[in-house]
Amino acid sequence: MKGWMGKSRILLLLSSLMLFLAGCGDPQLSALQPKGEGADVIYDLMMLSVIIMVFVGVVVMAIYFFVLIRFRQKKDHEDYIPKQVEGNKFLELLWTVVPIILLVVLAVPTVQKTFMLADTTPAEDKKEDAITIEVTGKQYWWHYNYKGQEVQTSQDLYIPTGERVYLKLTAGDVIHSFWVPSVAGKMDTNPGKNENEMFLHAYEEGVYYGKCAEFCGPSHSLMDFKVIAVSPEEFDQWAEDMKNVNTDSTPETQSAQEGKELFKNKNCIACHAIGSSPAAVGPNLTAFGDRVQIAGILDNNKENLIEWLQHPEEVKPGNKMTGKYGNTEAEVPLTDEEASKIADYLLQLQPSEIKPEDAQ
Amino acid sequence: MSTAYAQKNGFFAGLWDYLTTVDHKKIAILYLIAGGFFFLVGGIEAMLIRIQLIQPDNEFVSAGLYNQLLTMHGTTMIFLAAMPLIFTLMNIAVPLQIGARDVAFPFLNSLGFWLFFFGGVLLNCSWFMGGAPDAGWTAYAPLSTTSPGHGVDFYVMGLQISGAGTLIGGINFLVTIINMRAPGMTYMRMPLFTWSSLVTSVLILFAFPALTVGLFLMMFDRLFGANFFDPSMGGNHVIWEHLFWIFGHPEVYILVLPLFGLFSDIISTFSKKRLFGYSAMVFATVLIGFLGFMVWAHHMFTTGLGPVANSIFAIATMAIAVPTGIKIFNWLFTMWGGSIRMTVPMLWTVAFIPSFTLGGFGGVMLAAAAADYQYHDTYFVVAHFHYVIVGGVVFGLFAGLTYWWPKMFGTMLNEKMGKLAFWPFFFGFHLTFFIQHFLGLMGMPRRYWKFQPDQGLEIGNLVSTLGAFLMAIGTIIFLINVVITTIKGEKVSGDPWDARTLEWSIPSPPPFYNFTQTPLVRGLDALWVEKRHGNGKMTPAEPLGDIHMPNNSFIPFMMSLGLFIAGFGFIYQVDNSSYLILAVLGMAITLLSMFVRSVKDDLGYHIHKEDLEKGAGSE
Repeated sequence: MKGWMGKSRILLLLSSLMLFLAGCGDPQLSALQPKGEGADVIYDLMMLSVIIMVFVGVVVMAIYFFVLIRFRQKKDHEDYIPKQVEGNKFLELLWTVVPIILLVVLAVPTVQKTFMLADTTPAEDKKEDAITIEVTGKQYWWHYNYKGQEVQTSQDLYIPTGERVYLKLTAGDVIHSFWVPSVAGKMDTNPGKNENEMFLHAYEEGVYYGKCAEFCGPSHSLMDFKVIAVSPEEFDQWAEDMKNVNTDSTPETQSAQEGKELFKNKNCIACHAIGSSPAAVGPNLTAFGDRVQIAGILDNNKENLIEWLQHPEEVKPGNKMTGKYGNTEAEVPLTDEEASKIADYLLQLQPSEIKPEDAQ
Repeated sequence: MSTAYAQKNGFFAGLWDYLTTVDHKKIAILYLIAGGFFFLVGGIEAMLIRIQLIQPDNEFVSAGLYNQLLTMHGTTMIFLAAMPLIFTLMNIAVPLQIGARDVAFPFLNSLGFWLFFFGGVLLNCSWFMGGAPDAGWTAYAPLSTTSPGHGVDFYVMGLQISGAGTLIGGINFLVTIINMRAPGMTYMRMPLFTWSSLVTSVLILFAFPALTVGLFLMMFDRLFGANFFDPSMGGNHVIWEHLFWIFGHPEVYILVLPLFGLFSDIISTFSKKRLFGYSAMVFATVLIGFLGFMVWAHHMFTTGLGPVANSIFAIATMAIAVPTGIKIFNWLFTMWGGSIRMTVPMLWTVAFIPSFTLGGFGGVMLAAAAADYQYHDTYFVVAHFHYVIVGGVVFGLFAGLTYWWPKMFGTMLNEKMGKLAFWPFFFGFHLTFFIQHFLGLMGMPRRYWKFQPDQGLEIGNLVSTLGAFLMAIGTIIFLINVVITTIKGEKVSGDPWDARTLEWSIPSPPPFYNFTQTPLVRGLDALWVEKRHGNGKMTPAEPLGDIHMPNNSFIPFMMSLGLFIAGFGFIYQVDNSSYLILAVLGMAITLLSMFVRSVKDDLGYHIHKEDLEKGAGSE
């Protein structure tokens, strides 16, 4: 028995050490460091359930270890026959009733919070100003339509802090799931007319990591997006800038100008819109230069962008860009020069004064 | 000794014997070999998954292959490893525990096995024929219905065929337990393993048809151009989620309930005490089985069913914690005041209690619908269901195989080696899965081929992978133990554990007719009653007489083989309609076999009283 106990202690020590080292995760990603209303409400419920479970766990483990130590067969007692007990009405009633009470304690706030999180209609007096965004999940990116604002973007979702932003979620192909752990719980996006609703309410400014949580194909794990929560003033500024994007503006550098031509000639424009436009085959690139990450996963720099343009399949397997442009027979569809020019063009697409860096 | 039931010798005679056998003890061994093989295949897939996740942004396997691995790991472990290994235990123990000479339908028992086997082989053929299914074991539409290649077709056909086998097996045990109990074996005297097998069989009977329907619809969508799950054509993909989980949730209880029963038997045996609160245990088992059908939508809290449905299913799910808690406390109080022998089966059982309790805690946390919006489809869920399925089912299978090994093979697995296998597996298990609760909450969704660097997920994944290697080491030691034990082949008595139930009253392994005379059961723990209040032997309930036995048959093998061939035909007719020949040929073999079975009278044979007196068939 001693060996068992000793080994358990080492295990406990090891795992608590590991947890200490790991902390509670990345503050931009972890559900354990809530930064928004949904995540906060859920965190409280989570902790309530943990407290109840720890209480039950302590009782069970106390009995468990006592029984295992006290009632192990003693040496020279091999022939001892214990009393054959049929049961005990009181005890059995006790461990039926107490768990029921504990579950009621958990069930009441569960139901309350389930209804609270499902409340996706703005209050009467705020109906005018409430921001509603239609979110569409597609293999493997996200599209956002700010309803009534003529602003549509992809991948980086700008929201104002301090208010509920309402989302209407659908999918363009298979089921995805929209999840920003540090701000709110997740909700599936269904294909067809089956629209789901939720709200985001970020308490403080910040760039929060979002992930797709419903298995959707080879690049499911690479379908990352960002939620950029800025102050309401900054948000208004951003929305204004996005509305007034001049899609015909001529880029400053020679290389970027040529890149713009290539963007048309290589047929990029068939799938990617610049300027407000409904969800297309590929993401909207209006503010591409301000993206926190390229394709949701690569640091935003020219080198990575060229890699993404030339080897899309290696960066994001199964994506819809592979083989759609340039010389599809060639090993790389775009020459180094072409890719570099297109990259220059895309990276200078920074229509708004408001950048991810402003979110702090 | 009469030649009619003499053992034939030679490899091919032995092989033929197993291909045609209808003896529940031999079918148990077939299930063990096939299920054990698929367990290893699923284990290798798991190791590849964990190696891929040992570090961020790893390129060990490609995205496509990873998705095939995770799909096949889940599908294989549930349908092709856990289910058949549970049927191993049910086949070896249930007829013996109720004092029966075989199951009610020995022919169907064989058919059930071969259907499962050929379904499993068909599914795994996909690896060599253009790629395995890659839409997850849950195969959510439209990902599954639009998945390119034939992978998902293999999933549909393979599971359809093996699912039919499982359904047949379930019905068989249901009838067996209701009809074949020895005199005096009333329902409330049945060992808990038999009780839970009965409840499990009921669950199979009601749950598998939902899967069958779902798979049929998906088969028509993929192979014959229907649009049941295509929203753009008026179909509805959420229907698949419902059908799958109406089957899928009871399936969890199908897996774990028999082992709850087994743990009850083991705890009682090795504490030398009758089960504490027997009737409450039976009631809890039935209640868990019943509630198991009321909770499926807790897998769909984020699908968008709305707060009313979510709340109802949340509360129903929490309710299951009550009967499960009753079981945990009854097990603890069975040990209370007992004389606990820490044998290998008991060691696995004792390890099961805290492991499964943690799984249950995860379950209650997940049941809180609002909180599930964070847990859902993350590693928290992965951790939870591995705590339930490894901590409950796999621990139970190791316990059960070690416990009944002497009854199956007449030899004892080495106790020292058994403990040596236990410790790395036990620690490896907790190391692998405990930290995954935190990984999930720290933002790692499940079914992720890669995780990104610098997002706080590195250490957790590394620890998890290291733990997986320890589990692999434990499994390998268990296998070595099996090999060494088989080579040594030291015979043991009929009752090596000093146990309490009927299966231990006859030799190990039992003669092919099990009981020379049907025993008379005089109480709960029939053998224990005789040990304490009788002469230690069962009293016969009948005079020595002729025993009616069924003949072996090759027809179940042929029926299943036909469906196996037809499966390929149905899958490939999409590419080229000439493959329909295979479908026709396969169906012809199956239908012809059924025809032969229908018209040929096979009345079996009798073992004569005189031969029994001379000890026919016993070793």
